[in-house]
Amino acid sequence: MLETLSRDFRAVAPAADFCALRYVEESSEMLVVRQDVAEPPQLAVERGAMVTVIDGGGIGYAATSDLTPAGLREAAGRAKRLAAATAGRTVFDYRRAALPSPRGRYAPPVADDPARLTRRERIELIAGEARQCRIDERIVDWEASLWTTRTHQAYLTADGGEVEQSFHFLVPNISATAHADGLTQTRTHAGRWNGFCRQGGLEILDAFGLAGSGRAVAEGALELLAAPDCPTGTMDVLLMPDQMMLQIHESIGHPLELDRILGDERNFAGTSFVTLDMFGTYRYGSPLLDVTFDPTRPDQYASYGWDDDGLVAERQYLIRGGILERPLGGAISQARAGIAGVANARACAWNRAPIDRMANLNVEPGASTLDELVASIDLGVMMRTNVSWSIDDSRNKFQFGCEWGRMIRGGRLAEVVRNPNYRGISATFWRSLAGVGDRSTFEVLGTPFCGKGEPNQVIRCGHASPACRFTGVEVFGGAA
Amino acid sequence: MDLRAYFHDLADHLQGAARAGEVIASGFTAESSDFIRFNRSAVRQATSVRQVRWTLSLVRGARRVDAATTLTGAAAADRATLEAMLADLRGGIDQAPEDPYLLLPETPHDSTRESPGELPEVEAVIDAVVGAGRGLDLVGLYAGGPVLEGFADSRGQRNWQRVDNFNFEWCLYHDRDKAVKTSYAGSRWEPAAFEGRMRFAREQLELLGQPAVTLAPGRYRAYFAPAAMEEVLGLLAWGGFGLKSQRTKQSPLQRLADGAASLDPRVHLAENCADGLAAGFQRDGFVRPGRVELVQGGRLAGALVSPRSAREFGLPTNGANAEEVPESLDLAPGELPRDRALAALDRGIYLGNLWYLNFSDRSACRFTGMTRFASFWVEDGRIRAPLNVMRFDDTAYRLLGSELEALTQERDLLLQGGTYGSRSTGSTRSPGALVRDFTLVL
Repeated sequence: MLETLSRDFRAVAPAADFCALRYVEESSEMLVVRQDVAEPPQLAVERGAMVTVIDGGGIGYAATSDLTPAGLREAAGRAKRLAAATAGRTVFDYRRAALPSPRGRYAPPVADDPARLTRRERIELIAGEARQCRIDERIVDWEASLWTTRTHQAYLTADGGEVEQSFHFLVPNISATAHADGLTQTRTHAGRWNGFCRQGGLEILDAFGLAGSGRAVAEGALELLAAPDCPTGTMDVLLMPDQMMLQIHESIGHPLELDRILGDERNFAGTSFVTLDMFGTYRYGSPLLDVTFDPTRPDQYASYGWDDDGLVAERQYLIRGGILERPLGGAISQARAGIAGVANARACAWNRAPIDRMANLNVEPGASTLDELVASIDLGVMMRTNVSWSIDDSRNKFQFGCEWGRMIRGGRLAEVVRNPNYRGISATFWRSLAGVGDRSTFEVLGTPFCGKGEPNQVIRCGHASPACRFTGVEVFGGAA
Repeated sequence: MDLRAYFHDLADHLQGAARAGEVIASGFTAESSDFIRFNRSAVRQATSVRQVRWTLSLVRGARRVDAATTLTGAAAADRATLEAMLADLRGGIDQAPEDPYLLLPETPHDSTRESPGELPEVEAVIDAVVGAGRGLDLVGLYAGGPVLEGFADSRGQRNWQRVDNFNFEWCLYHDRDKAVKTSYAGSRWEPAAFEGRMRFAREQLELLGQPAVTLAPGRYRAYFAPAAMEEVLGLLAWGGFGLKSQRTKQSPLQRLADGAASLDPRVHLAENCADGLAAGFQRDGFVRPGRVELVQGGRLAGALVSPRSAREFGLPTNGANAEEVPESLDLAPGELPRDRALAALDRGIYLGNLWYLNFSDRSACRFTGMTRFASFWVEDGRIRAPLNVMRFDDTAYRLLGSELEALTQERDLLLQGGTYGSRSTGSTRSPGALVRDFTLVL
């Protein structure tokens, strides 16, 4: 396939300062069992290519689902025309980006290929667990799903660059909803929106804890139904990894995206409170805060060998000892801003152009056990599993909610509470980081659904984190 | 390429391929789109997308499998691709358990809708926008081109829609997060109309030059412009109006659904397909009625019912999509003339746009979000100063219930500018709303 594509592309690549082709083939299967009824399997195979042309300082992207030589020629012509139309009218002379022409292959192994099971067996795998949700008549809805995806990409440049990358993604989920006396509570195993998402095969189900998860989420929903609302007040919060992933994503990841800082997203996703002069000196968090961009963990959801502009992917500290070091910006943004970044120019599909995305963004583990973190809190709430998220245009004033909370009083875990919410301001919140969990509290999670960009793109992000303690946070519960 | 002829060619071919006891259904989408992205009154990215997608559903007895794929747009090659996909589905359909909630249309309903346009060349758009943005800080997205949708099945039903349109949404920035957001959409680009929108945006931009006001958390009178109302209605649409979410007690409007709460009697909400741009048919071939009443007189009047929910809960479907999310949501107008809105507000906040709404307690339909773009402090019925962004946290039962003072006579048709995967044809029609008491928290 690569040989044919390479030959066809090089035959149609127009004379230009730079020309590249990105080919993506993605096949997926979504299996859902709801209330013990298997829904029709949803299968998909997407194939398409995007041609990039930089010429005379202008830039053009053209995408096509027609992969015949004629289709590629037509796309190359459109990209060339757009480059000509934009030359001299762009935010930046794109020739100055000096995009690389890499060569290589990235294909991490899969320990337990889902294809070793038949589709019926894969359905039964989740159906069997979901049946365990039915423990009480107050459980009014329950559902399990298994989403597998295989992606094969090629990146070719007219001057000889040639990269192939293959990925296997697996995303399990299970949830139960309980209702009584006008109240509804839902408990999931890692978030309603597929927070447990990784690269690999069926071995991920062990890490997810599929066995026993059905009964656990049903009991969890009933527990919340009986729990009091989270109290209102200023107190500590102990955020577990399935909430930390959202906290990292929204109030570190997005504000550090260089294209936002450069203003590209101001019409849609927003700007950033971070400015270029902050890198190297700004205190983003307490000295306990270490944040890495890490595309090198094979099991994490957004690991890769090269980004979609051909930059080799490497682990980098973005924040070290609380000090802001570098942004999330790919080759084009780095050239525009004149600042070092990371390999994070990514497109969500063959029909969208690369922009700055966060990929894997992790808080590094600290030194405290979970018991030590709990013992350090006089009054606070442990919160698990994100359910609500909202943050301002500049990624500063946020309000987040979780499925499950548990009060901490006098250094001990106390009663479970429902609807735990908290709000704060990014620029000061991370400075209140007072405890970072050790490796025993560290979990590898993420999201398949990060939305950004014009035209819009939904992309995969990975977030790994230990449990973290923050002090003096505004906490509240649900409406009466 | 004549994609209508192509669609019928493939649909007829698949109809001929159906075997006894099988139903083959096809969903078709295609677009040829130009996306020109601007920042600082210059081009950031220019992208052209040509894509053809086909979703094939094979039904045999009570079993069903769906498979989607991209196609080239050339009928001969794509017939072979779909034949191969059909063979795969036949080979695997016995792996799918029987589906007790399977429902297909009983009577074929054909439909055709063509909305041709005169769309500009990308060079002309770049000329116009770069020229109009000279000396200003303009950031935005032009998206234009034909969007095509079709449905076909082996019983002979054919539905087709083609809409040629463009949508240019842009902001003029004053500084940091202070901006005026404007849009210009249609099927024919008219320079005078575009210039009129730009002029209005420049006039509003001048208001942002005044020193901004920072409000303390608390309760304020507020006027929600239609674009701000679109955000509120969009959040309610997220599970609010679907039968499945209501019957499984997960709707944010559950108290309304259960009769335990009501909205203001002047609130009438409907899925108004007749006046929207969305296709008049859904993915399984069910034709949508022109109008589905959702809330009347402040009380629940109906729900969006997908074919699957229809079977599960024993009600007729009303052509809702699988997610049971409205595509042409319509809030009825009120009696307040829009040009009296500031005077009626008198002292309070004018909300031009809202941002990033989400539930802080879904069961109670309590939600949070941010003010955004051109939002102002108003005194004596006059705009006094731009507002620094504020977070709010309040409930739909207050904003559209106990605290609703008036809805405007005039409404805006707001196109959903969404371009996730493909260009949306969804829309919302809303008046502005005057609210006595609105809670700011941060």
